[in-house]
Amino acid sequence: MSAITNPLSETTTAWKLPYRGNVGMACLIFAESAIFMIFVVAYLFYVGKSLTGPTPREVLETPIFYTICLLSSSLAIHFAGKLLERGRRGAFLTLLLLTIVLGALFLYGTGQEWHRLIYGRGLTISTNLFGTTYYSLVGLHATHVIVGLVMLSIVLVFGIAGRVGPEQSARIDVLSLYWHFVDAVWVVVFTVVYVLGR
Amino acid sequence: MSTDAIAIQTADAAGRPWVETLHEWVTTVDHKRLGILYILYALFFLVVAGLEATIIRIQLIRPHNDFVSPQVFNRMFTMHGTTMIFFVVIPVMFGFANYLVPLMIGARDMAFPRLNAFSFWLTALGGILLYFSFLGGNGLYGAGNAPDVGWWAYAPLTSRAFSPGHSSDYWTLALLVSGFGSIGTAINLIATIVSMRCPGMTLGRMPLFAWLNLIMAGMVILAIAPLTAAQVMLAVDRYLGGHFFDTQAGGSATLWMHFFWIFGHPEVYVLVVPAFAFLSEIIPVFSRKPIFGYPVMVGATACIGFLSLSVWAHHMFTIGMNSYANGFFAITTFAVGIPTGIKIFNWLGTMWGGRIQFKTPMLFCIGFLFQFLIAGLTGIMLGTAPFNWQLSGSYFVVAHFHYVIVGGILFALFGAFYFWYPKITGRMFNETLGKLHFWLFLIGFHLTFDVMHIPGLLGMPRRIYTYEPGRGWETLNLLVTIGAFVQGIAILVFVANLVISYFKGTKAGNDPWDAWTLEWSVSSPPPAYNFASVPTVASRRPLWDLKHPEDPDSRYE
Repeated sequence: MSAITNPLSETTTAWKLPYRGNVGMACLIFAESAIFMIFVVAYLFYVGKSLTGPTPREVLETPIFYTICLLSSSLAIHFAGKLLERGRRGAFLTLLLLTIVLGALFLYGTGQEWHRLIYGRGLTISTNLFGTTYYSLVGLHATHVIVGLVMLSIVLVFGIAGRVGPEQSARIDVLSLYWHFVDAVWVVVFTVVYVLGR
Repeated sequence: MSTDAIAIQTADAAGRPWVETLHEWVTTVDHKRLGILYILYALFFLVVAGLEATIIRIQLIRPHNDFVSPQVFNRMFTMHGTTMIFFVVIPVMFGFANYLVPLMIGARDMAFPRLNAFSFWLTALGGILLYFSFLGGNGLYGAGNAPDVGWWAYAPLTSRAFSPGHSSDYWTLALLVSGFGSIGTAINLIATIVSMRCPGMTLGRMPLFAWLNLIMAGMVILAIAPLTAAQVMLAVDRYLGGHFFDTQAGGSATLWMHFFWIFGHPEVYVLVVPAFAFLSEIIPVFSRKPIFGYPVMVGATACIGFLSLSVWAHHMFTIGMNSYANGFFAITTFAVGIPTGIKIFNWLGTMWGGRIQFKTPMLFCIGFLFQFLIAGLTGIMLGTAPFNWQLSGSYFVVAHFHYVIVGGILFALFGAFYFWYPKITGRMFNETLGKLHFWLFLIGFHLTFDVMHIPGLLGMPRRIYTYEPGRGWETLNLLVTIGAFVQGIAILVFVANLVISYFKGTKAGNDPWDAWTLEWSVSSPPPAYNFASVPTVASRRPLWDLKHPEDPDSRYE
C-alpha cells in the first residue's frame, strides 16, 4: 500500500488549529463554572432559610477594597503577558509580582473576614445554613485563588531564574486565562453573597 | 501515506525482566497503553460488579430466601450500581476513546499525555477506594462496611445518624476522585480533537467516532462537575457539620436529588453516546456503504447532548413537583426521542441496500438497534408523569434502564471489542466463539430483562430484599435469575475468546475488515509513534481514497 500515494494530497494548503493549552483551559473553565454554579444555586436556594442566626445582614461587611485588589490583578497579569510577548522580561516580572501581591492581599482580606466572623460573631460552617453555604462558596473561590497564586509563584521563580522568555508567552496566556476566570467568578460570588444574599 | 515503518531497536524486547515491563506500563503516557489499561481495569470491575448482580439475583430467586443478609443485600445493589456506572462503563468508554481517537484523527498522541496518565490513575484510585470500604468502612462504630445507601445515595440516608462509620465517605471519596479523573480525560479528549487533527481532517471529515466522543467529553464536563460539587457538599455535611442536606437545620433532601440527577441523567447519555460512536463506525464497514446522513448524525447527537441537560427531574416525578415542572420535564424527555429516532433511522439507512456481512461485531450492532429501540420506548412510557407515578421505584424501571445499559450500551461495547480486537492485539478473534457469545448473551439478556418488566408492572418494588409468595412474582423472578446465569456463561465465552485468541488467533494484518478510517492504515498493533509520517486526508474515508484512487470520495464531498 505504501506504493500508492494519496491522490488528493493537500499538504500545500495551510493547516492551523487552535493552541491545545487554550482549548484545555477553556474546558477546565467550563467544568469549574459548572461546579461553582451548583454552589451558587445552593447558596441562593438557602438564602433566608436558616433556622437560627446570625443572618448575612447582621454580620457581612462588603469587602470593597479587596475586591478592587483582585479585579485589578487581572489587568496586571494581562499586561504582564503582553510585555513578555514583546520580550520585556523585567517589566513582565514586575507586573507578575504585582499580580501575586494583589492576589495575596485579597486572600488576606478573606482570611481576616473569616477570622472576624468566627471569633467575633460566632459564625462557623456548622452554625446554620448561612454558615454552611457561605464558607463553602467563598472557600471554594479562595481555594481557586490559592491554586492560582501557587501557579503564578512557580512562574515567578522560573522568571527570576531567567527561564521565562517570549517563547513561553502562549503558556503564560493559558495561566492568565485561569486567573481571569478566578476574578470573574469573584464577581459572581460577590454579587450573590454581598448583594443578592442580603 | 503513512505505512512506512520507522526502525526502532527492539533487540532487547524478548529477554527483559518482568519488573521492567511492569514499570513501563505503570509509568506509560502512551495513549494506546493507557487505553488498554482503562479497558482491562473496566473488564476487571465488570466481573466484580457482575458477581454482585449474581448475588442479588440468587437472593431473589424464590420468596423468603435468605442467601445473604438484608445488610449485605443493600451493599450489593449499591456497589453493583456504583461500580457498573463509574468503574466499568465510563472507564471502558474512555479506554476506547483514548486508544482510537488519536489514531482516527492522525495524531501522535493525546493533547496532554501526562494528564492522560494522571486521569487514569485517579480513576484507578477511585475504584480501589470504593472497594477498600469493605475493609475500612467500619470506622470507629463497628457498623456496616461497604456503602449501602443505593447508588444515588439520597439524603438523609447519607447523614451521620443513618450512615455511621465511614462507608458513605468511601463512596463520596471514590466518586470525587474518579470524577476528577473523568474531567481530566474529557478535557484531554476535547483538546485532542480540536487541536491535534492531521492536515486535511476538517471537522466535516472527522470520523463520526471522534465527533461523538467530542460531544461525550463535553457532556462529561457539564455532568460530572455538578456531581463533584454535590460530593464536596456531602463531605462538608458529614465531616464539618454542615447542613446542606440536613432537614433538621432547614436543609433540603430534595436539593440533593436535583444535584444528583443533574449529573445522573446526562450521565446516561455520556454512556450511550460512545455506544452510538461504535455503531457509526461498525455498521458502515459491515454494510459496505458510507454512513447515511453524516451531518444529521452529528447534529442529532449534539441535540441529544443539549436536551439531556434539561431532563433530569423525570427521575423525580414522585417527589411532588408542581404541574408545570412535571409538564416541562415530561416534554423534554419525549423530545430526546426525536434525535435518537433520527440516529436509528440513519443506521438503518446505512444498512439499507448494503451488502451486509453478518460478522460478530455486526450482529451485536443489530442487536443494539432492536433493543435500544425498545429501551427508548419504555423510556417514553416512564417519561409520562402519570404513568411514572404508578411505576417509579418498581422493577419496571430496573428493567428499563438495564435494557438501555445492557441491551444497548453493552451490546455496542461487545461489538466494539470484536471490531477493534484485531487492531489492538494484532490477532483475529474466533468467529465461532464470537457468534456463540452473541446468541447466548442475546437469549440470556431477553430472558432476564424482558421478563423483569412484568413483576414491575405487578408492583414489585426495586431494591426489595425478599418477597411474599402468592403474588405471581415467583416464576418470573426464577426466570430472571436463570437468564442472569445464561448471561454469565456468555461472558465467560467472551473472556475465553479474548484470551485464547490473544495466543492462538491468526495474524490480523493491518486492515482485516477492509475499513476506511485511519487507524486501519497502520500495523496491528500500531507502533508507539502511530504514524511514520503525518497523514493527509481529503475525505471522510481516507483509506477508501487510498484503495480506490480512480474513484475517491473527495470528488463528491
